Formats: sequence, C-alpha cells, structure tokens
Amino acid sequence: MFKPIVWVLCLAPLVYLIYSLYQDLGVNPIETFTNTTGIWTLRLIMITLAITPLRWLTGINQLVNYRRLIGLFAFFYASIHFITYVVTTFFVGGFSNFDASGLAADLTTRPYIVAGFTAFVLMIPLAITSTAGWIRRLGGKKWNWLHRLIYITAMAAVLHYYWKVSIKLVPVNPRNYAILVAILLAFRIWRHFAKRAASEV
Amino acid sequence: MLIKKAADIKASEVTPKELFLKRRQFIAAAGVTAAAVASNGFGLLGDDENVAAQNPAAQKFPNLKKSPFSTDEKLNSYRDVTTYNNFYEFGTDKADPGKYAGTLKPRPWTVVVEGQCAKPGSYNIEDIMKWAPIEERIYRLRCVEAWSMVIPWNGYPMSEFLKRFEPTSKAKYVQFKTLVDTKQMPGQTEPALQWPYVEGLRMDEAMHPLTLVGLGLYGEVMPNQNGAPIRLVVPWKYGFKSIKSIVRVSFVENEPLNTWKQQQSSEYGFYANVNPQVDHPRWSQGSERRLGEFFRRKTLPFNGYGDQVASLYAGMDLRKYY
Ligand code: HEM
Repeated sequence: MFKPIVWVLCLAPLVYLIYSLYQDLGVNPIETFTNTTGIWTLRLIMITLAITPLRWLTGINQLVNYRRLIGLFAFFYASIHFITYVVTTFFVGGFSNFDASGLAADLTTRPYIVAGFTAFVLMIPLAITSTAGWIRRLGGKKWNWLHRLIYITAMAAVLHYYWKVSIKLVPVNPRNYAILVAILLAFRIWRHFAKRAASEV
Repeated sequence: MLIKKAADIKASEVTPKELFLKRRQFIAAAGVTAAAVASNGFGLLGDDENVAAQNPAAQKFPNLKKSPFSTDEKLNSYRDVTTYNNFYEFGTDKADPGKYAGTLKPRPWTVVVEGQCAKPGSYNIEDIMKWAPIEERIYRLRCVEAWSMVIPWNGYPMSEFLKRFEPTSKAKYVQFKTLVDTKQMPGQTEPALQWPYVEGLRMDEAMHPLTLVGLGLYGEVMPNQNGAPIRLVVPWKYGFKSIKSIVRVSFVENEPLNTWKQQQSSEYGFYANVNPQVDHPRWSQGSERRLGEFFRRKTLPFNGYGDQVASLYAGMDLRKYY
C-alpha cells in the first residue's frame, strides 16, 4: 500500500546526490559518489534488518511487506557503489587500459575490499531469489534460511567501513554502525533462545 | 573541449563559472563514459581554471623567481588546493581545515632551532621570509591515500634555510615539529594523532635542491589550512612527510620517529618515498586519482622525480625502507 512511498524514499538519496553534484562537484566528486552510495547501502541494510525487531516491538505486521523492496534497494546502491569503484579505479588513463590483475588483487588481498566484496557477493543470491517464483520454488523455510546470509553481509559491510576509515583514527561512525548491527543481531539470538525456551515448557 | 576567453572574467565571477564549467564537463565526461568511446583519460579541469590567488586579503609575493624544477602540468585550482586538505590539527575531514583553520595565528611566529648546530636560537618568521629569494615551484603532490594535485608553491630551498644554522657533522637528520595549541588548533583536543605532529628527513634529503621551505602558494603567503606560515615541501615523498606550521627544527643524530610511523608502523614508514611497487597494506599505490580527472593515472616512482633523487637511495631496499 505504501510501496510508492518506499520507492520515493529509497531513490531520494541517489537523486539528491546527483543533484548536489550537479550544483557543485566539489574537489573529489568520485570519492563523494563512492562514499555516499556506500553509506546508503549500509543504511538500507540496517533498515532491512530492523524490520523484524520493529514488527515485534510495534506489532505492525505489515512492515514485512516492505522488507524485500528495501533489501533490493540496498542491493541497487551496492551495485552502483561497486561499479563506480571498478570503473574509476581500474581503468587507468582511459577505457582502453583495464587493469584486471589490479582488480583481482584488490578483491582478494585487501582486507577492507575483501570485506566489502563479501558483503556484496552474498547479496546476489538474495536479490535473485527475491521473486515470488523463487520463494515458491524454495519453500518458505529454505528461503528464510538462505536469506539469513544478510547477517553475514551486515557484519562484513561494517567491517569494510571500519577498515576503510582505519582502525586507529577513532572512527566514530563505523563504531556506531557496529553497535547497531550488534543490537540487531543480538535481538535475533535472544528471540531464538526465547522461542526455544517457550517450546520446551 | 569548451573554449572560453579568460581575460574578461571578473575575480568575483570566477568561482561560479568555474563550477559551472567543471560541472558541464563532468557531465559530458560521464556521458562519454557511458558510451564507452573514450580511449584516453579526459581532463575535467576547465582550461581557465588555473586562475590566480583568490584571497584578496592575503599578502602577495611581488617578484617570484621561476624554477627549472617546475612541472608544466595543469595546475589544480586554488579551490582544490585550499579546500581539500589533510591537516588533522583542524579535524580529520578533508574539508575541516578549509573551514576551521581561521583560528590559527600565523603572525607573530617564531621557529626554534636546536640540536647539533653552531647557531641555535629563535627566529622570527618575518626574517626567515627574507633569507632567500622567493621562488615559484610547481610540484606534483602525491598523497599516501592515492590522490594527487599539482600545486604552485612559493618558497626557497630548504638548504638555504638549514645552512644558516651551521649544522655540525653530528647532524645526521633534521626533525620538524608542528605547533601544539588547542586554542589555535582545535583538532588537537581529539586524540586523532599524537601531538605535536613530528616529521624528519635525512640530512641529504633535507639539503636536496628539490626540498623546499614552503612559505606560500599561488603567489600569496601560505593559507592557514595549507600550513601557515612555514612548512616543508618534499615532492618525491607522500604528502604526510611535508609537515605544516613548523615551530621547531632540531638537528639530531638518530632517525626521528615521525608521527604516522608512530601511529601505524606497518603502514607508514620514515622514508615514505612515492613508490608504485610498494603498496599500502590497505590499497594499491600503483595508480592515483589526479583531482579533476575521471580516470586514474599511473603513479611514477619518486612521484616522477626519480632522475633527481633516486641516487639518494642507491643500494637501499625500498621495500624494507618504505
Ligand atoms: C554491502 C556492501 C557494501 C557496503 C555497505 C559498503 C559501504 C561503504 C561505506 C559506508 C563507505 C564509505 C566510507 C567513508 O565514508 O569513508 C564505503 C567506501 C568504499 N567502498 Fe564500500 N561498501 C560495500 C561494498 C563494496 C564493494 C563490493 C567494494 C569494492 C569491491 C567497495 C569499495 C569501496 C571503496 C573503494 C570505498 C572508498 C571510496 C573512496 O574513498 O573513494 N565497497 N563503502
């Protein structure tokens, strides 16, 4: 019912980013673009993860209707973020010169990139299986299991941010996101045990 | 390419036009990118962006001596140079120094000279500025974070400065320290780094003709955010070596422990020569983003100053001494 609103809200950061770069590119527009799409990927992952606890807290079950859409938008931002990084980092001097070995080395050896790439790659099966057809084919139980990959994505994403900003520089923002992920995942662990205790009684 | 007459632009108009031009070109570039037809990196800088100093209040240098060491590459704009800075004394965001460095008082300023030399003492910045003719040196600046700029520095050779103090044979290194004053440098209330910021050079590096006492840029005295009133400029090393707002110079026997090495010695060393062969543990140093360009470019050994400085490191393992 509120889907159009969710669409607008999820697209707004990208529209605003492009608009503000149009107004003023600033000194390093590529960095601005990469960092902003990165932070919105992370925020949308957080919102996706917050839906289940919010549902539990508020009792508004309809919230779950928007989870898939927001998750897909997280994947959308992650894809833009990833493509920007590849194009603006590994085409050295122009499109004729692609540094494939540099990309391969980055994706496999640099801790913060490995973490970001892990987070991104794990989102791919979730995006693919997000359709009603796939939910039917897999069955709710298997589908739910598969989609717990988002927990690993969330942890890897925070690690990516943390390492990017460097560990020693008192990175307040990554730390806040780490705390948020910890709370969101702790909720699930708590619920898991609470349910089990309830079923044992 | 857009072509525009530079002559009839009033200073007050320059910034918006520059932005406008940059934006148009960026969008054009992005469009071409999407079409995937370009074969060379296209510059995003406007042709007339290298407009001169934009702080009308700043003291100007009247007669700048040209230098054969200057590059003829396209300059980064005054705005690039003065609004994108790593100067944690004013905050860790690159926009912070440009916004907050107004609290720094570069006059009066004294530099204390001490250690292994015949003429230690306190020296006044007004005198220091007269010790040698001020030159324009257009150098590439390569940050350890893999971005770069081209900056028209003003200053004179560090050797002219250091010779005056008559360093003794025991002076193997020279160490520099930045001001510590939380009122003038509010970023120092945060433990982002250990204060004061410390840097050092081997004596032969410090005396090398490329090494500069930085006193200004774009023909005006050094803007606060760029390290007023006196800083080091070493173009073949990563930017963090070029310490800003210097208050103390010490001639020492042993290698000084520089701030970033102290902070994280696995990532930052004493030498910090620009070297595409030796990656930072968290990113490649093989290429860099020249600010204003869409594509990255290859990083050159010693930031392109190898002909002049490679001999300083003959026989040294630069993987070990990074
Ligand atoms: C779920 C996936 C991801 C999330 C949530 C994410 C998040 C972020 C965030 C928040 C930043 C901003 C850091 C800052 O503001 O300083 C960032 C920067 C960055 N990310 Fe990601 N990221 C993801 C995936 C990736 C992937 C797959 C890559 C590349 C393989 C990547 C490469 C980068 C790079 C290179 C930067 C630094 C950009 C710059 O400073 O110019 N990220 N990311």
